[in-house]
Amino acid sequence: MAEQASLKHPPAAGIEPIIEAKGLSQGQIVRKRFLGHAGAIVGLIVFALILVAAFSSVGYAGIPGWWKYDHEEVSPLVNDGVPTASLFPLAWGEHPFGQDRIGRDLFAMTMRGAQQSITIMVVIGLIAGLIGVIVGALSGYFRGWVEAILMRLTDVIIIIPALLLAAVMGQIAGNRDDGNWLSAFTSNNAVLALGIFLGLVSWVGLARLMRGEFLSLREREFVDAARISGASNARIIFKHILPNAVGVLIVNVTLTMSAAILTETALSYLGVGVKSPDTSLGLLISQNQEAFSTRPWLFWYPGVFIVLICLSINFIGDGLRDAFDPRQKKFNAKKAKDTGAPMAPEKTPVAAMDGTAADGSAAGGTRGA
Amino acid sequence: MLTYIVRRLVTAALILLGASFLVYLLTAASGDPLAELRASNAPNREQLMEARSNLLDLDTPAPIRYFKWLAGASQCLIPFAGTCDLGRNTANQPITDALGHALVQTLTLVTAATVLAILVGITLGIITALRQYSTLDYGVTFMAFLFFSLPIFWVAVLLKEFGAIGFNNFLRNPEIPLPAAIGIGGVLGIVAAIVAGGDTRRRVLTGGIVFAVVTALLIYFSVTLWFKTPGLGPVVIAIAGVGLAYAVTLLTAGLKNRKALQSALIAVGVGVVAYFAIQPLLNQATFLMIVLLAIATVLVGVAIGYFVGGYDRGQSMRAAALTSFLVGFLILLDRFMQAWPTYFDNSRVRGRPIATIGATTPNIEGDFWVLSLDSFTHLILPTSALILISLAGYTRFTRASMLEIMNMDYIRTARAKGLSERTVVMRHAFRNALIPIATIVAFDIGALIGGAVITERVFSVRGMGFLFFDGIEHVDPNPVMGVFVCVAITAMAFNLIADLAYSALDPRVRVKA
Repeated sequence: MAEQASLKHPPAAGIEPIIEAKGLSQGQIVRKRFLGHAGAIVGLIVFALILVAAFSSVGYAGIPGWWKYDHEEVSPLVNDGVPTASLFPLAWGEHPFGQDRIGRDLFAMTMRGAQQSITIMVVIGLIAGLIGVIVGALSGYFRGWVEAILMRLTDVIIIIPALLLAAVMGQIAGNRDDGNWLSAFTSNNAVLALGIFLGLVSWVGLARLMRGEFLSLREREFVDAARISGASNARIIFKHILPNAVGVLIVNVTLTMSAAILTETALSYLGVGVKSPDTSLGLLISQNQEAFSTRPWLFWYPGVFIVLICLSINFIGDGLRDAFDPRQKKFNAKKAKDTGAPMAPEKTPVAAMDGTAADGSAAGGTRGA
Repeated sequence: MLTYIVRRLVTAALILLGASFLVYLLTAASGDPLAELRASNAPNREQLMEARSNLLDLDTPAPIRYFKWLAGASQCLIPFAGTCDLGRNTANQPITDALGHALVQTLTLVTAATVLAILVGITLGIITALRQYSTLDYGVTFMAFLFFSLPIFWVAVLLKEFGAIGFNNFLRNPEIPLPAAIGIGGVLGIVAAIVAGGDTRRRVLTGGIVFAVVTALLIYFSVTLWFKTPGLGPVVIAIAGVGLAYAVTLLTAGLKNRKALQSALIAVGVGVVAYFAIQPLLNQATFLMIVLLAIATVLVGVAIGYFVGGYDRGQSMRAAALTSFLVGFLILLDRFMQAWPTYFDNSRVRGRPIATIGATTPNIEGDFWVLSLDSFTHLILPTSALILISLAGYTRFTRASMLEIMNMDYIRTARAKGLSERTVVMRHAFRNALIPIATIVAFDIGALIGGAVITERVFSVRGMGFLFFDGIEHVDPNPVMGVFVCVAITAMAFNLIADLAYSALDPRVRVKA
């Protein structure tokens, strides 16, 4: 009776109406919160637009795109390569982003670069997520010597610089005539190989986080209940614990991915990532930074695309974090102070920043450098 | 406790051994060390290749070379023996020497950037946490995300173009056109209005005042060509000093504490007198003298606070010491500005002071002030690039940490017993919010030496990152190993320090023995 009465009261000042009370499932609550996050929605739309434009315009894996040039094609310079796209009047023109010194179309090159960045990002996210979950789950769940070995392995990998691994990969990719399958694969799919190599080193931060989650979740009652009812270890890990840790996982995979884009562009800039004649956003900037005073557009467009992709991913990650964190309530300090309502708990720094802090080290120090 | 530390150190040593073995093999496998010689058409090619093979000991397989390297490196563990041997690089220079130079370069580059980023980041984080969901909060959050998404090499090129080349062009004829002055004033006014907070009237008033002052100041600078011969002078130092005294007192003791305010103001007065007394001494300045003067300034401030006294001597001393330190900094700044025309007209600088590459102007000569200005103009671009990139993390982390603390029960208790908001924020909340931040800072200091491979490359600074990359390019494991060992040891040491500091600062957290 008392409960019903309190339900009829207007919600406490400063706290949004509690949507959990409406009997929604966990997925519905998360979706609702995510869709209510303006930044995340804008980020999602921007990222979707870039994704579609990048993959449909110059084509992918042999499928032709709608854009008339490709990133290696040289065409005669139009108006010394000045961009033809303009807002007033709204026009697209022959070379919307302009051309470089020898007449390659910058729009095609930028789109190709964005493709590469997104591919690498997804590959890193998948590999790092998979390895991170497995290592973190095993060491957090079984503890003992499994944990000792896996965590020492993580410690070793965390201090090996990503730059070095990229250089090694570049070397393997260069030995085309070696005839072994590894060099053949890396030289034919340089971008994919770079993503795989980087993924193999960026799982460490995730593994530590997942281990922490598993350490605390394995002590909970529902795990005991599952064990008593005869569930196997694998079932407890995948069916009982993992779904409870999926929020942390998704958020941090997103953040790993946004750090991965910067790692890839930085490595390409240093000349150990994607190599010419193929192109990438970092490589474009590295090739054209000397021409900043004469052809500034060659520098602006690739850079803006890096920032846009990375920013939209970061906003999506922020939205996901808000959506998944059950302690998070929209809370307005001013309103609460005015009416003297009890304060709602805020997100903890662990949930808020651990992902990014871990990614800094996961990227092997390339980020922030 | 002791067992814990010993155990950590032993594991760290084992991890270091394993990782260094891997790094050595990876570097050795990362390419053909003779590639550049193979491609050359020098007549003595065979000889050169022979010499390089001997230098790098290429006839020995890489795993065995690692143990040879380890034998040399392990001699570094004997203190003061001077037998440290980390091998030589392809230019036949001992790695220990190269590391020494690189370390100095990297630390000068990264230290200022890190300290500033931490200070500004924590300040912004606290302000945004106190004003959660305000325009300021949203603005700073967006900026933090934006900076976090910027590739450093892109920022660096932009800074070179607009910060160095553009500003140098401006200095040739430092006149600010009236629309530009009004525009800059307007932007700063809007920023001030957003930062000010409070009701609309207060915001508009603050914004208006800032707009008027900035615009007038810029017009004054333009008319008097201030940027050619900058300077503060005793009057400006006195006015700014009084402002600082009020601000410092407000933060450390509260304006109600009259004794603290008095001691801060006395410190400003002493500073203005010292400004005249100290000028001849400053003409023969050295770095050591500046450090000693800084210490003396703080001591004078403490003494002023002690003699003024009051019911809480500590607060007066703190306020006076901080104020006198800041006033001393202003006097130093003024002296640097006096040296500016000399530096500007130096035959090596030729009127383009802000440099885009390197760490010093080659062959520059001059007194302490000119040389300091020279390294300052070289450091300003890489430092600002690094600050921009690392600011975001500190801001977000401090904000989250501060928000969590502000919702704690003990903060409500502090408010309930009638403490002023300043005391609640500065004494109860801020100090506790610093605990998690302290660990992050320790991590970052550990990573400092790893430095900034990309920043060093863009700005052509020959630091640790340069050495590392040089080793990779020449497929020479020795420099790579040297850098790696330095970075790994500091990183691990500071990780340990971070864990110990956390348990020392927060008694709820215990280290497992």
